[in-house]
Amino acid sequence: MSAAETAHAGTAAWDWVTGVAQWGVDNWSRPGEPDRGIRPRLVQHMRLAYVSIGIGLALALPLGLACARWTRLYPPVLTGVNVLYAVPSIALFFLMLPYTGFSEWTAIVPLSLYTLVILLPNVVDGLRQVPDHVRQAAVAMGFGPLRRLVAVEMPVAVPVIIAGLRVASVATISMVSVASLVGLGGLGQLILTDGFRRQFDAPIVVGILLTVALALVTDAVLVLAQRRLTPWARRDRSRRARAAAPVGER
Amino acid sequence: MDILIDLYRWFADPAQWSGDSGIPARLAEHVHYSALALVLSSAVAVPLGLLTGHTGVGGFATTSLANFARALPTIGVLFLVVLFAGIGLVPVVCALVALAVPPILVNTHEGVRGVEPRLRDAARGMGMRGRQVLLRLELPVATPLILIGVRTAAVQVVATATIAAYVGVGGLGRYIVDGQARQDLTMMLGGSVLVVALAVVTTLLFAGLRGLLVAPGLRAETASAR
Repeated sequence: MSAAETAHAGTAAWDWVTGVAQWGVDNWSRPGEPDRGIRPRLVQHMRLAYVSIGIGLALALPLGLACARWTRLYPPVLTGVNVLYAVPSIALFFLMLPYTGFSEWTAIVPLSLYTLVILLPNVVDGLRQVPDHVRQAAVAMGFGPLRRLVAVEMPVAVPVIIAGLRVASVATISMVSVASLVGLGGLGQLILTDGFRRQFDAPIVVGILLTVALALVTDAVLVLAQRRLTPWARRDRSRRARAAAPVGER
Repeated sequence: MDILIDLYRWFADPAQWSGDSGIPARLAEHVHYSALALVLSSAVAVPLGLLTGHTGVGGFATTSLANFARALPTIGVLFLVVLFAGIGLVPVVCALVALAVPPILVNTHEGVRGVEPRLRDAARGMGMRGRQVLLRLELPVATPLILIGVRTAAVQVVATATIAAYVGVGGLGRYIVDGQARQDLTMMLGGSVLVVALAVVTTLLFAGLRGLLVAPGLRAETASAR
C-alpha cells in the first residue's frame, strides 16, 4: 500500500468513526419519538436486565438453600436448569408471546430462568464451603438455624454468590438484545430496527458499544458491592479471587 | 396434552425426515455451523490460553478481554457482519466464534495457572524444559478444565446457532423462526426440542471425550473437585 493510499484509508476510517459518534449524539433522544431514541432504549435494557437478574437471584437463593440442605435434590434440579439453558432464547421468547404478549415479562421470564444456570451452582457451592468449625462455633454460641444462616453462613457465601452474579449479569445484559426479535430488547432494538432493517451500521456499533459498556459498569458495581459486603475478605482477596475465578465457568 | 400429540405427529410425519428442509438436512446444517465455530474458537483460544497461562504474560489483559467479549450482544455482531460481508455462513460463524472464545480462553488460562507449583517444580527437577513442562505437565493437568470450557461454549453455540435462521441461513433455527412467522406452535416446539436434544447429546459427547483425553490419574481428583 502506498503512503497516499494509507493516508486515504486512515481518513476513511476516521470519517467512519466520527460518523458513528455523530449519529450517537444526534439520536441520544428524539423529542418527536420519546421511546425510540438511544436513551429510552438504554433505560429499557437496564430495566430488563436488572429485573431479570433480581428475580433470578430471588429464585436461586431459596432453591440453593434447599439444594444445600437436601443434597439429593441438587442433581435433578441442576440437570433441569441446564436443560432449560439449552433451549434457544429466541424460542423461549416466542413461546412466551401467547401468554405475556408484548409486555416486558416476555423477556424477563426467560432471562431470569437462564440466570439460574449460573446462580444456583454458586449459591450451593457458596453455602457448602462454609467451614464446619465456623458452623459449629455458631451453634456453640447458641445461634438457631435461621440466625446461623442469616448471620454466619450467608455472609461467608457472599463472595462466591457475587462471583456468580457477575457472570450472570454480563451474560444477561448481552442476551437482552435477542429479545428485540419479539419487539423488546432495549439496545437490541436499536441494533435491529435502526441498524439492520435499514442496512445502517452506526446504530449497530452504538448498540454493541453501549451494551458492553453497561456490562462493564455493572460488573464494576458488583465488585465494589462485594468489597463493601465482605470487608474481612480484603486481606486475603487475591487468594479468594483465584478460588472464585473458575467457579463462574462451568 | 393436545400439543404433545401434535408434536408427536410432527415428528412422526415421514415428509419431515427427507429433503432439503427435512430434519436430517437441518440438523446437519446446525451441526456444521456449530462444529465449525467451535473448531475455529478452540484453535484460537486454546493455544492463546496455554501461552498466557504458561508464561503469565498478558494474562490479565487476556482474561479482561475475554470478559469484555462475553458482553458482546450476539445479534449485534451477527447483523454488523451481515452488513459488511452479506448473508451467508461468514456472519453466523463470526457471531458464534465471538460467543465461544471467552469461556475456552478463560478456562485454558485458569487451568494452566492452577497447576500446583509443586508439580511444576517436580517437572523441572526431572529435567523438563519450558516447552516440555507445558506439553507434558500443564496441558494434561489443565485438560479437564479446558474441556469444561469447550463444553460450556458448545452448549451456548448449539443454542445460539438458531439465530442463523434469522439472517436467512439454515439450521434448526428455521423451524423456530418459520414457525413463529406462520404462527405454527408445533413447528416451533419441534425445533426447540431438536436443539435441546442436540445440546444434551453434545454434553454427553464431552463426558465421553473426558474419559478419552483426561489422564486416568487425574479423573478421580477432578471428579471430586466438581
